[in-house]
Amino acid sequence: MTLIHARGLVKRFGDFTAVDGIDVDVQRGEAFGFLGPNGAGKSSTMRMIGCVSPPTGGVLRILDLDPHRDGPAIRARLGVCPQLDNLDLELTVRENLTTYARFFGIPRKVARARADELLDFVQLTERAGSKVEPLSGGMKRRLTIARALVNEPEIVLLDEPTTGLDPQARHLVWERLFRLKQQGVTLVLTTHYMDEAEQLCDRLVVMDGGRIVAEGSPRALIERYSTREVVELRFNAESQDVFAGKLAGVGERLEVLPDRILLYVADGDDAVAEVQRRALSPASVLVRRSSLEDVFLHLTGRTLVD
Amino acid sequence: MVTLILPRLISFEGAGRRSSSVVERNATTLQSSYWLVLASGFLEPVLYLFSIGVGVGRLIGDLTLPDGRVIGYAAFVAPAMLASSAMSGALSETTFNFFGKMKFMKLYDGMLATPLRPIEIALGELVWAMIRGALYAAAFLVIMVAMGLTTAGLAVLAFAAAVLVGFAFGGVGMALSTFMRSWQEFDLVASVQFALFLFSGTFVPAQAYPPVLRWVVEVTPLYRSVDLIRAVTTGSVGWRQALDVVYLLVLFALGLAVAGRRMGQLLCK
Repeated sequence: MTLIHARGLVKRFGDFTAVDGIDVDVQRGEAFGFLGPNGAGKSSTMRMIGCVSPPTGGVLRILDLDPHRDGPAIRARLGVCPQLDNLDLELTVRENLTTYARFFGIPRKVARARADELLDFVQLTERAGSKVEPLSGGMKRRLTIARALVNEPEIVLLDEPTTGLDPQARHLVWERLFRLKQQGVTLVLTTHYMDEAEQLCDRLVVMDGGRIVAEGSPRALIERYSTREVVELRFNAESQDVFAGKLAGVGERLEVLPDRILLYVADGDDAVAEVQRRALSPASVLVRRSSLEDVFLHLTGRTLVD
Repeated sequence: MVTLILPRLISFEGAGRRSSSVVERNATTLQSSYWLVLASGFLEPVLYLFSIGVGVGRLIGDLTLPDGRVIGYAAFVAPAMLASSAMSGALSETTFNFFGKMKFMKLYDGMLATPLRPIEIALGELVWAMIRGALYAAAFLVIMVAMGLTTAGLAVLAFAAAVLVGFAFGGVGMALSTFMRSWQEFDLVASVQFALFLFSGTFVPAQAYPPVLRWVVEVTPLYRSVDLIRAVTTGSVGWRQALDVVYLLVLFALGLAVAGRRMGQLLCK
């Protein structure tokens, strides 16, 4: 069953087009990702799906309902974890959950029971009575995720769920999200972390400049847009450029970075042998599997976007 | 017929329930320190009543109402103090606090991800503001009855009138807040509020002003509020007060509608 259906979805802010005609279908039980650099239109898309931002154009159906007409009914079945935590700073950790549950019309008794369950789920039981302010970034994020689950949503929207967290906190969040996925909750998330997308997403779209530039499973995207392996060569020289010419024809594609050269190849060992045959002696050689990051940078470029 | 009306009734009930969850949220934030805020808000009109109503009243003596009845100056000033405290109680919640919650605490961004709609949040905040205003009004009316400035029966009516005044000003305050860009702009609201407090027939009957000025004074919301409450506490309600009630109801409805609409524009971009 298609829970989110978008065709030619557009979002404009004045002259600026944030989302430029995208087609998306998310099925029940799927973990779906929007991958893209800053400003790609991920958050604008998420806000439209969350029914807090009216589309400028195109078709959007959520849970087979119209966001414009049935906003409250749709939002009752969504869980939203926004990019910036907007927890209630005047309430305690536990009150943040019980009060939020009341906004969904959940009876007080049920709200209290669910709050305790969720605090346990995100490992915040010990901080239940604390105010939100002194919590660490990771704790606030976990509380925001718990809050998004208080209405037992069918779809959970997570906008950059682990941005700004330390590695331990990120892994804890991933583990919790993975458990949700196993419970059959449909996850829709945005991220610019490739490892996050690879770990969590069954299927994803890469967005750039408001458009979808690629779509598929992480594996399929790597197969289509990159090679199986990547060889990273470092030469002891002012510029790596000199060596680029000498490496022509090794592998399918070659990329020159300031400090190293990347060779996109089917077989890394073959490529290294070929490099040695050409009597080139790099200071270091690294053969690794191609990652989503290679796909991402290939598709969206290496230029800095702010 | 049923299919036409029933869904609307249900959706309205949903709106009421959702608005009350906003009130509930505010009640949850109550801390012991909030009683200080309440106490200071209550103290202000009482101080004015004693210093001006009773103190200055000694020098002024009795006043003749438009209908020819003669009352003491304190009985003339007290209902005006009640009206202006209902105004300031409602305004302080719906301007400063509301603005802070919307712009800086981002409280409503979180709420809008739930079934709550902007107008339901606005109504919830307004009802909350009114609970505070109603507490001020009730306490003040107890003093008025104790001082013999009105009767207990009329005080009950005056309480209802004060709540209406609070709703009207709360609606206006909230609508204004959605147009504010910075805290500084609230100084302007405070100035207007003080001007209203001084010149709305509060300390001097509006009949004392020159005709043009009097006309200006009589269209201001606090004048209509003072007129309504004074007529109630002095027991001289007439057709004129129907006009006051309609005026305040319209102000409330307009304020709430504008606030809800503007919140939607600001937060659901």
